[in-house]
Amino acid sequence: MECQECHERPATLHFTKVINGDKTEIHVCEHCAKEKGYVSYEEEAYSLHDLLSGLFNFDSVSLNEQKKNSFVTDQGLKCEKCGLTYQEFTHLGKFGCAECYHTFSERLNPIFRRVHSGNTRHDGKIPKRIGTDIHQRKELHILKDKLQQLIKAEEFEQAAQIRDQIKSLERSINQTGKGEG
Amino acid sequence: MSLQQFMNEAISPWMKEEGPDSDIVMSSRIRLARNFEQVAFPIIAEPDNLENILTFIEKEFNHQSFKSYQDLEFLKMDDIKPIEKRVLVEKHLISPHLAEKSKQGGVLISNSEQVSIMVNEEDHIRVQLYFPGFQLDQALDQAFEIDDWLEEKINFAFDEDKGYLTSCPTNVGTGLRASVMMHLPALALTQKISRMIPAINQLGLVVRGIYGEGSEALGNIFQISNQVTLGRSEKDIIQDLESVVQKLVEQERKARQLLSEETALQLEDRIFRSYGILEHSRIIESKETAKCLSDVRLGIDMGYIKHVSKTILNELMILTQPGFLQQYAKKALSPQDRDVLRASLVRERLNLEN
Repeated sequence: MECQECHERPATLHFTKVINGDKTEIHVCEHCAKEKGYVSYEEEAYSLHDLLSGLFNFDSVSLNEQKKNSFVTDQGLKCEKCGLTYQEFTHLGKFGCAECYHTFSERLNPIFRRVHSGNTRHDGKIPKRIGTDIHQRKELHILKDKLQQLIKAEEFEQAAQIRDQIKSLERSINQTGKGEG
Repeated sequence: MSLQQFMNEAISPWMKEEGPDSDIVMSSRIRLARNFEQVAFPIIAEPDNLENILTFIEKEFNHQSFKSYQDLEFLKMDDIKPIEKRVLVEKHLISPHLAEKSKQGGVLISNSEQVSIMVNEEDHIRVQLYFPGFQLDQALDQAFEIDDWLEEKINFAFDEDKGYLTSCPTNVGTGLRASVMMHLPALALTQKISRMIPAINQLGLVVRGIYGEGSEALGNIFQISNQVTLGRSEKDIIQDLESVVQKLVEQERKARQLLSEETALQLEDRIFRSYGILEHSRIIESKETAKCLSDVRLGIDMGYIKHVSKTILNELMILTQPGFLQQYAKKALSPQDRDVLRASLVRERLNLEN
């Protein structure tokens, strides 16, 4: 089938336009579709985000009775800072501000798990300037894990060293905490 | 303006350099998404607040230099013409979203066009860095340094548990999208790529064509990028991507070898037919251009074509996009007129080589 606009290239996009119940079929090539504004430039890129908002909606539409009840409470959730409701969030597939992450926090982990191969906790770069205490807490976390492993392996001498490191790190975290307070 | 002059302006300086594995890997890109802590995300923010961000970025970073990234130039989307925006999109310096949908959008672009920092796109800040060839590690290191440099002046939205907070849940955590642009003609020709894509997807990576629509990859150019941004460190994400890219490079080389052993004459025929079309056609649409350019580039890489520079594929894929053609013509063109101009531009470009 050739493109109905330029009659040169093959039609690769097919639309059905319905205006007041009147159906019109449109068969155009990529070029003319863009030219005539049937598709926008933006839509060329495959949008994961569009899919995502579909995913949320799917959740709230295909619910059983039990879920329906929780959906009602979802609608009530609203971010104090930017005014975005949970319902709007599921519709847009986007957060309105940083605070939304806290406001909706209880509902988010299942979403994160689905999108990020089961992960829900950040493990990566930490801002230098505002993140000093976070750096320390992260280090503490790592040391504690290490301590558990050493104890399991019955490496008690090394474990004692790690324990001392943990103590001194905890002391310095407490001190900076007090300094700021 | 002569074609040579036009091209010099059209092709980003970093693109003219050759990177590691550049017979297959065309470029490596790192993108970091960041937001201001106290301001609502662009999708919902008050115009005044976004305007404040734009003003702040312009004041703090316009004409600044950081390391080898000289003289960042600040451009406000409202101040530039639609056709100029389109050209920036085709050079991948800004996203279609920034060009068309963002209110109070802006961008900082370095002299070499290796760094672009989009302002008020889906997130307040999107840092993008390009390297020629296969250089994800270097790109990530530099992106981190730029991120630290920006952080000296900006309080980023960050949460200990969730990492860098972004407007879309698909970017939260590292805010990192690492991608590699690859030319895979032999894997496409032998139809191996379609069998490899599902396996790559299972590793949490996405493969798509960057030119063309849907699953179609114009010019056999594929983009491989990470999907997961939460729960894995940036280095781990990059390592996964690197190992897959490495495998693809090996497979592509193997497939090229096989083609040249088993169907040498057919391959040579295909390459020179495409070369002939590019050299002599008077009307050519973008799809055919992309196919022929891919063949010619393969011919150069495999030694069949000797006197044409390798960058011709990257250059002409960009130059023959609608925005660039219209910029060159200095007027809006119908698709038919574009096909004519495209053919003449390709011919002229090949003539520059002789």
